[in-house]
Amino acid sequence: MMLETVREGLSWACLLSGGFFLVAGGIGMLRLPDFYTRMHPAGVIDTMGAGLILLGLMIQAGFSLVTVKLLLIALFLLFTSPTAVHALAKAARHGGLEPLLVNTEENDE
Amino acid sequence: MRVFQRLARGRRRAWRHGFYLGLVLFGLWLLLSGSFKPLLLGLGFLSTLLVVYIALRMDVADHEGRSIHINVFRPVGFWVWLVGQIVRANLHVTYRVLHPRLPISPEVFHVRASQDSELGRVTYANSVTLTPGTIAIDLQGNELEIHALDREAVEAMVGHKDSRAAALDL
Repeated sequence: MMLETVREGLSWACLLSGGFFLVAGGIGMLRLPDFYTRMHPAGVIDTMGAGLILLGLMIQAGFSLVTVKLLLIALFLLFTSPTAVHALAKAARHGGLEPLLVNTEENDE
Repeated sequence: MRVFQRLARGRRRAWRHGFYLGLVLFGLWLLLSGSFKPLLLGLGFLSTLLVVYIALRMDVADHEGRSIHINVFRPVGFWVWLVGQIVRANLHVTYRVLHPRLPISPEVFHVRASQDSELGRVTYANSVTLTPGTIAIDLQGNELEIHALDREAVEAMVGHKDSRAAALDL
């Protein structure tokens, strides 16, 4: 009984904070000024938002086949989302879109 | 048929890798379906055979099957560390984005990736992109071009992340 309450609480904490990061990422994508900066909050959605929601669902599912499937979804997201983001950024750069910068470009070692 | 010529050449290796690939794929089928009805098992077996045949035909079964085998499971420490970095970067970006004055200062950095292998560099670039606040735009040889939301975001990871990812080198 006690354990059940803890599990529900933990799971809902994950789901709600995941939802918070999804909304924050969405707001960020609207507020930021240009294409490249807008990709950063999209990363928040991909990692923290999706990750926390998947974690919350895993806690709900317990030790079952569903959890394994959720883990696989998380794994695929982890590999596909940076690849897709990189492809987008590179395509934009290739298409001649210059990023909005504060300073002139500087080289860091 | 060319497939069979190729099979004959590296027959033992191809068969062995094909066998392991099939085993993993069929295991995945069982895991995802969770059903042991003869019809579904048969369909799974046929799909597995088809995929293994296509993979051998494409000649990917030997190179990639091996590298994934080594590289995903060995550096567990790196993955754990990366998750911590991602959480920190997320909080950082979320704070910036929700702040009323929107305190960002986007910059483009050039960073040297010190990994020797292509796979190590790609892993490094991908973990840079996966971390919110920094995106790898381009990777030319050893030079990585990073777009960052602000200086802090990039400083948190350059150097340190590079050396961490260098441990992935094989």
